[in-house]
Order: sequence, then C-alpha cells, then structure tokens
Amino acid sequence: MSGVAAQERRRRATAAPPQSPATSGRRPRLSRKHREWLAAGLFLAPDVLGLLVFVAIPMVLSIGLSFFQVSGFGSYEWIGLGNYRRMVNDPLFWDSMKITGLYVVFLVPLLFCVSLGLGLLVKQQLPGVGVYRTMLFMPYVISLVVVGVLWKFLLDEQTGMVNRAMRAAGFDGESWLGSPSLALGCVIAVMVWVMMGYYMIIFLAGLQEIPQEFYEAAKLDGAGPWTTFRTITWPLLRPTSFFVLLMSTVAAITGGLDLIFVLTNGGPANGTSLAIFYIYQQAFGFGEYGYASAMGSFLVLIMVLISAVLFTFTRGGRFDDGE
Amino acid sequence: MASDALTTRAHTTAPTAGRRRLPSSRAGLTVLAVVLSLISLFPVLWMVTSSFKTRATVTDGRLIPKDFTLQNFVYVFTEVPFARYLWNSFFISTVITVAALFFHSMAAYALARLRFPGREKLFGAIFATLLVTAPVVLIPLFLVARQLGLLDSYAGLIIPAIFNAFGIFLLRQFYLGLPKELEEAAVIDGCGHWRVYWNIVLPMSRPVLSALAIFFFLANWNAFVWPLVATSDQDLTVVQLGISSFQTQYTSNWNYILAAATVAALPMLVLFFVFQRQIVESIKTSGLK
Repeated sequence: MSGVAAQERRRRATAAPPQSPATSGRRPRLSRKHREWLAAGLFLAPDVLGLLVFVAIPMVLSIGLSFFQVSGFGSYEWIGLGNYRRMVNDPLFWDSMKITGLYVVFLVPLLFCVSLGLGLLVKQQLPGVGVYRTMLFMPYVISLVVVGVLWKFLLDEQTGMVNRAMRAAGFDGESWLGSPSLALGCVIAVMVWVMMGYYMIIFLAGLQEIPQEFYEAAKLDGAGPWTTFRTITWPLLRPTSFFVLLMSTVAAITGGLDLIFVLTNGGPANGTSLAIFYIYQQAFGFGEYGYASAMGSFLVLIMVLISAVLFTFTRGGRFDDGE
Repeated sequence: MASDALTTRAHTTAPTAGRRRLPSSRAGLTVLAVVLSLISLFPVLWMVTSSFKTRATVTDGRLIPKDFTLQNFVYVFTEVPFARYLWNSFFISTVITVAALFFHSMAAYALARLRFPGREKLFGAIFATLLVTAPVVLIPLFLVARQLGLLDSYAGLIIPAIFNAFGIFLLRQFYLGLPKELEEAAVIDGCGHWRVYWNIVLPMSRPVLSALAIFFFLANWNAFVWPLVATSDQDLTVVQLGISSFQTQYTSNWNYILAAATVAALPMLVLFFVFQRQIVESIKTSGLK
C-alpha cells in the first residue's frame, strides 16, 4: 500500500508541471491543484455516497442487527449473542446449511466441467461455431423467474415433456419436483443449463489468451490432445479457472433465490430450502430481521473462509509453482 | 448475423489439439456441438411455441401448435395489467442504466485520471464493495430503504439498484488504457475538467458504455428479489414479479402462463440477438481482469 502511495507521490511530483500563469490567472481563487481536487470530489460524490448508503452501511448494519431482536416496526432490543445461540440450536437452519452444502458440492464442479468442456468445444474451428456459441449462451439472458416457470412446465409429472420423452423411451416417468432429492437435483440441473453459457464465454476468453505458439510447439513434439491439455491448456488457464470457481461458489451460496421461489418454493419437505431461502423466509416471512441477519452474517463468514481456502490452494490462480 | 458476431475471434484460433485432426473427429465434435446447442435451445423454443397453443392442446407434447392461436396473448394483456408491468420494468431498467452509466463513468474517470490525495485507498474501498453480494445485505438494505421512505415507490426500485462497483471498476480499467494526449491538449486549450470529461472522454467511451448499458438493462429487467421486497403496490409491479404471481394464480393454465413468460423473455432475447457481441465482450472483460 505504502509502495503505491510513494509511487503516486513520485508521479505527482514529476507529472505536475509548474502552474501555468494563463490558467491560474483565469480562476484566481483556486490553484490548479485544488481545482483538480474539487473536480475529483464532485465527480466521485454520487457514486461514493450511493455505495456508502446502499452497500457499505447495510453491510455493517447487517452484522450489528444480528445482536438485536427486531420486532414489528422499528423496535430494537439488544440481545447479545441470543440470535447466534438460537441459530446453533435451530435444526431447520442446519438442514438448510446441509442442503446448501450438497447444492454447492454438486453444482460448482458440474458447472465447472460442463462450461470448460463447452469452452474447449466452441474454441474449435467447427462449421457454424458462432451459432453454437449463441445457442449455448442464450438461456443466460432469460430471467430466473421465467426459467423457473418454463422448467416447471417441462418437469410436470403428468404432462411435462421430460416425462413424456422418458415414457416414449420405455421408462417410467418420475415425480421430478415431488421428492426432496430429485427436486434438488432438478434445481442443480436447471442452474447448469442457465449458467453454462456464461462460464463458457469466460473460459473461451481465457483459452483465446493462450499463445498459439505453445500449441504449435506441442504439435511439433507430437503431443496428443490429452497431453496438450494437461501440460499447456490446464496450467495456463489457472487464473480463469480460479475466477470461475470463486464466482460460481459465491453465486451458488447467495444466489438462485428467484429460481427456488418459482420452481420449488423450498419444497418438497424443505428439500430445496437453501440457507439463503431460509434466511429470506425468516426475515420477510416472519419479520425476524435480527435472527435472519445473524444467519446471514454466518453465511458471509463461510464464504470468506471458502474464498480464503480457494486462494491458498490455487495461489489466486497464479501458476508460480513450476510445472 | 447471429453467427458472425460470435465468430469474430474464431478465425485467429486454429484447432487446438496437437495432433493433426482426422476429419472424422472433427465431424464428431460438430455433431456434439449441434446436439448440445439443441439441448440448450429446446426448452426456450418449447416455451415460445406452446404459448401459441390453446388450453386443450398446450400439454399435447407437440412442438408445432396444431391449432395456432393468439388468444393467450390477448388474455394476458387484457385480463392482467401486463402492459403496466412491462412499462414499469422498462422505465426502471432504463433510468437505472442511464444513471448508473453516468455516475460510474464520472467516478471512474476521476479514479483513473484526476490526481487527488487518497485516490488509491478510495479505489481499494470501492473495489472491496464488490465482495458484498446483494442477497447478503438484503435485510439491512430493506430497513435503510424503509427509514428513507423509499419503499413502494419508483425511487425505491431505482436508486438502490444504481450503485455497484462492478461498472466503476470496468470503466476505470478502460480509462486507464485511453491515450492521455487528447485530454492534455484540451487542458492546454483551457478546458475545465468537466468539459474534458463531457466533450472528450465520454464520446471516446461509447463502445464500453454501450456494452455496459446492455448488461445493466438485462440485469435490471430480470431483477426479482429486490422488487419483491421493496414493493407491494400493484401499480409498481415489475414484469418478473407479475409472472411469478400470475403463475401461482393460474397454476394449470399453462397456455396463459407460458404466454406471459414469453412476453417477459422476448425483449431480452431480441436484445441478445441484436447486441450479443457487446454482451459477450463485457463478460470476457469481466473475467480477464
């Protein structure tokens, strides 16, 4: 940090020319330097104020709220660690954490592999490759609410296309959204369908950054596709892989509320009640803002820990550990 | 047109695998790509075509409607204030997008170009807010908005959605890469900082701004959770909220539900097919850092 500051001072010392008499003459009250400060302040004011009020302060408030019992409209009572004690003893919360764990453990690797596979596929010079990229990315632009409606229609036990296709192939239809584990599987599958195109594009961008010479050299050495992937693509793709892992993990833990609302509403038998859904219900269903904030803060802590572990294991995606 | 937007960079990349590819393996990959694309496309296609079916045939399992009808769309627009929902979403998304681009580009320009004490620290602080994801601060944000009297108003739907560090970050990166000469020439000519920003920097940032504009519009059109929390007034219902309550009211009337869903998704699909290059480019930049 101090290095940056020192660099900045040096730059300023060399970059700022002696003030020209022409400009300082026109505006006698402020020096050129101070006018630049004033301009910077005014340019930054709207965003800094907005981020403060709608992001930074709520974040701090969220931790603060977790020590209060908030009831009805505006009455706050300090209860210390009461909400956290309640959280520890709330079996429904731990069920929702378990479901979140399962969800993350299946969704993140699946999404990673599918997107990487798609990225590798659409990097090839295939006839019509632009059309495939377009088609694979398309589900991402549709809202999760519409996605939920659409898949509810397709997964319907009696009339849905999925069961229709299965019966046509000689299987029995399944009650896809009727059993807790199947429903969670469906949520995961639908999420993969929605997000795979997005991460495919990110992987594609990463793949296109890898210098072509490496592949030509490998070709000269007679390396097969697998060796090429293992020794060139995979190591050089590490920053992208790290980014995708981190983003998709955070998104899996805190996102998807819209889809759950429409597709399963947390059911059946709380089988798809992810932690973020349970927290939402406690806050906006039962007005338990303090308790929900405690659980939310716990979830943030878990996310920070996961990010730290990811950083340690992948060294932030850098490939400084040799081959 | 749909294809060439995404192929722009494909020409520069030769087949990746080390060995010379056999034609048969290339054909295999093409077939795989076609199959996967169809899997990706099919559910959406199904939704669109089913929205033209009648109540009796909507679940008949055919892709092409046997008795094509527009009645579902008429119903959605006449029996439900769906036009109002669409207008609300359009209005809110537009205002958020314009305001966000304006504020973010001003802030990013100051962070990239103007010299003032504490600049790097301020940027670090702004960057740190990227880690705060929306659902985590939903509860305190709701309480703050309630305190400020923003609930159940357009202002409440718009203002909190404007501010996010992602746009500032991308624009700052862009401005750091712009050549300084033009701005310096303008300063020598006696232009103030505002004139430099408005007359020189803003016109030069048109490509990055248009990419971000599409991204912001898309994200806000598709937003559901904040409008759900912040509004209960029927007149303020946004389209995603409308679909979700419509869906619970008309549980088995799939023809109406799918027509409503199609109407909500169509603008984004059109936007995507027209501007896919900008969308894809902004995603690529966000991933590369």
